[in-house]
Amino acid sequence: MYGSGILKGLGVTFRHLITTFIDDIQWLGRKRDVDVFQQKQSLANRGLVTVEYPDEKLAVPERFRFTPFLITYNQDDPDYPGKDWCTSCGICAKVCPPQCIWIVRGTDPKTGRPKPEPEQFYIDIDICMNCGYCAEYCPFDAIKMDHNYELASYERTSAHIHDKARLSREIRYWQSIAPTIAAEEEAARGGYDHTDVQKARKKAGLEPSRPGPYAAKPAEPEPAPAAVAVAEPPAAAAPQIEASKTESAPAPKAEATPPASAADGETPPHPGWVKRGKRWIDPNAKVEPVRRKGKGE
Amino acid sequence: MTDQVLPQVTDLPSTIAALKERFPNAVKDDTRNGYEGVIVDAASLPDFARVIRDEYGFNYLSSLTAVDYLGHGDHLEVVYHAFRVPSGGKPLVFKAQTDRQDAVIPSLVSIYPGADFQEREAYDLYGIHFAGHPNLKRILLWEGFEGHPMRKDYHEAYYEQETKPFDTRWPGGHVFRGEEYNPFGHNVRYPAGFTLDDYKPQSEADFQQSMALGVDIMGDPAFRTDRLVVNLGPHHPSTHGVFRMMVALTGETIESLEPVMGYLHRNHEKIGERNTWYGNMPFTDRLDYICSMCNNLAYAITVEQMMGGQVSVPYRAEVIRVLMAELTRITNHLWSIGFLLNDLGAFFTPALYAIQTREYILDFFEATAGSRMMCNYMRIGGVFKDLPQRIRSEAALINDRVRDMDTLEYLEQLINDRLPRSIDELDELLSESEIIKSRCIGVGLLPAEMAIAYSASGPLLRASGVPYDIRRANPYSIYPELEFDICTRPNGDIYDRYYLRLDEMRQSVRILKQILPRLKDTQGQPIFGGKTSYSIKVPAGEAYGFAENPKGELGFYLVSMGGGNPWRYHVRAPSFINLTPLGEMCKGHKVADVVAVLGSIDIVLGETDR
Repeated sequence: MYGSGILKGLGVTFRHLITTFIDDIQWLGRKRDVDVFQQKQSLANRGLVTVEYPDEKLAVPERFRFTPFLITYNQDDPDYPGKDWCTSCGICAKVCPPQCIWIVRGTDPKTGRPKPEPEQFYIDIDICMNCGYCAEYCPFDAIKMDHNYELASYERTSAHIHDKARLSREIRYWQSIAPTIAAEEEAARGGYDHTDVQKARKKAGLEPSRPGPYAAKPAEPEPAPAAVAVAEPPAAAAPQIEASKTESAPAPKAEATPPASAADGETPPHPGWVKRGKRWIDPNAKVEPVRRKGKGE
Repeated sequence: MTDQVLPQVTDLPSTIAALKERFPNAVKDDTRNGYEGVIVDAASLPDFARVIRDEYGFNYLSSLTAVDYLGHGDHLEVVYHAFRVPSGGKPLVFKAQTDRQDAVIPSLVSIYPGADFQEREAYDLYGIHFAGHPNLKRILLWEGFEGHPMRKDYHEAYYEQETKPFDTRWPGGHVFRGEEYNPFGHNVRYPAGFTLDDYKPQSEADFQQSMALGVDIMGDPAFRTDRLVVNLGPHHPSTHGVFRMMVALTGETIESLEPVMGYLHRNHEKIGERNTWYGNMPFTDRLDYICSMCNNLAYAITVEQMMGGQVSVPYRAEVIRVLMAELTRITNHLWSIGFLLNDLGAFFTPALYAIQTREYILDFFEATAGSRMMCNYMRIGGVFKDLPQRIRSEAALINDRVRDMDTLEYLEQLINDRLPRSIDELDELLSESEIIKSRCIGVGLLPAEMAIAYSASGPLLRASGVPYDIRRANPYSIYPELEFDICTRPNGDIYDRYYLRLDEMRQSVRILKQILPRLKDTQGQPIFGGKTSYSIKVPAGEAYGFAENPKGELGFYLVSMGGGNPWRYHVRAPSFINLTPLGEMCKGHKVADVVAVLGSIDIVLGETDR
């Protein structure tokens, strides 16, 4: 019959329409639950998969690479507070395909000889092509790819050149956004500390590496019953947003609070988080009101 | 093709020996270290080409490009790669050399029509005049461009240094923005005597001339005619990017069509020559940005070919490469079918159904390679990293929602259930629709002989009934041990190209099902067998590496002088060469069909314009 092909096709679109509503009814009122979100994003889902950015965002996987940042020791580190991990060896600047990294090697003011830390470090984010070579080839785990993709700014000519202050983040930030990779790297280094620090400690007759504040935590990538156990979304790391607003802040201060140990002996998913009921939340997070559609503007 | 001599199918060395006998003075071996093929005297090039096409069966001129050997003999060289289609086998490589000052080479367009755009490109970028070319003018750049940018002595406006890494970056790296040294408006040079006020686009003038219109329709309101020239694009959603077609119409029927491109040109190849060997990998992502994994693979196998025994790709890396390549093929075909339907007027319902499925594959890419589209995943000698244990995320931004899935389970479910289901659903939605059939069947015909002559590749060639697939004709990676069929369709119209893509996706799923057990068996094995250093040197020589990309044959022609940077980096872009027959395919159809024909060729302007 002429037209049967069209009807058959319309049947497919009708099926899509129906399954979408079935989905909505099935999860009525529970749309924001973590496990419902996981279910909706899974392969089994037949209904709507839309993520309502920016009311909700799909967290990026650990290997996700956006712009590079530099790793430093934590500000509250007893021995090396805020020390750079970068030794200014220049491999990242050489391997960078679009050549967006500029490094000024540090010199010792007394001897005038080069010393292993960068005096200046610039990355032109406009040129950066997010390839991840700098992080891949860095022999010191000192440069990593950030997960924050919300970098829009009004000022093109200056705000997109990130200087060392803007680039530096504490190592606990890296451990919080990519715990599995951070743990793998720690194992490869032979301990929490920077390889040079480990060498120096060995020379001094100490244990090569200190255990590190979170050595215990990210060791296993927790093959647990999935998402429910992992971080709870809405109030996640606000400090990051703040840090990117104040451009030349010396280092993210907001994260510097020492990790508060949780009530019933569990380790928090992120340093400093506390447990409210079943959920982990960040007490310092700035809670942004969720804006609904159809209101204003 | 007047003389119908049956091609003698002989192996390559004996063919070359016979050819040298046939042209005793004109053909000699290319004896340079690391080079292959023959050097043909420019004067006898057309005769040579006719003989290899008609008598030896090299009927498919795949790649034509030029190299500037400034300081290494000071000549320009045009390099040709001809194949036997559909029987396959290694290419016959032949070269013709010419002086740098007045570079002239006879055109091969009359023998291989597929040389048309490629010769124009070589003229544009190298300034080689192809004597006898019917339409020799710039193709990627415009007439107001001075010089031929791929010549080694040409320096771009932002020129810093011949090769990367640049010395200004370290150890005393003073940050600067190139724009400040070359402010917009002052970074352009025009040819002598060129002024913007008198500028009339040459391509348009020529086109009007060729139409024999001779009358300015726009300028003369009293003039009544049904014949007119219409510009489709460059800014039009149906052109899939910034692509323009100048169409001459009689009423609604197309008399002739000329593609105009280059709006997205960035001289990828010049950038490639400045880059290090590793540095080019992320740039290949930006060619055909739908299929970055396949681009990576083609580049990696080319450099591996040049490195010879210095690198060996471990088996697991090959398995992962094929996994990625076939998933990419599915994403590309989903995308192209979805947008073909958009072009036909089915606004976004089929496209979004296709994109939804594609999204699951991209999620996997993101978790494995770190990026959804700019994957930069393959390395020379393996891949970047093994598959992650779990596809999981951590909340980092406000309102982040996290996921955590087992990678292998995810892949199993994707390949065994979700992808076949989605492909069947597209089939059910579209294949029998009377609207699609009446719009697509018999439109945009490309007969088999024409497809071969015009160097069409990929689905465009196979939908014309030519069973030529590089995965079988010149196998690479672990394709020889995998079972799959080369899909073909007999008619070579839009519907066949659409349906062929559905078939190819099913074959890809079939391959992926064979990849899954191999993934499990090889768990924990090494994934990288190359050099771990951050910069590599490649032995001097040339290589042409090619792979069956979702859009067609993606080839890289690389020349090394033994250093850390390629001397020549050429991309044989399927999206570009597949456009050569566009004008022929559209002739006689209605103007609305142009959009559908273009959609069925499936181009990405990032690759067309490079």
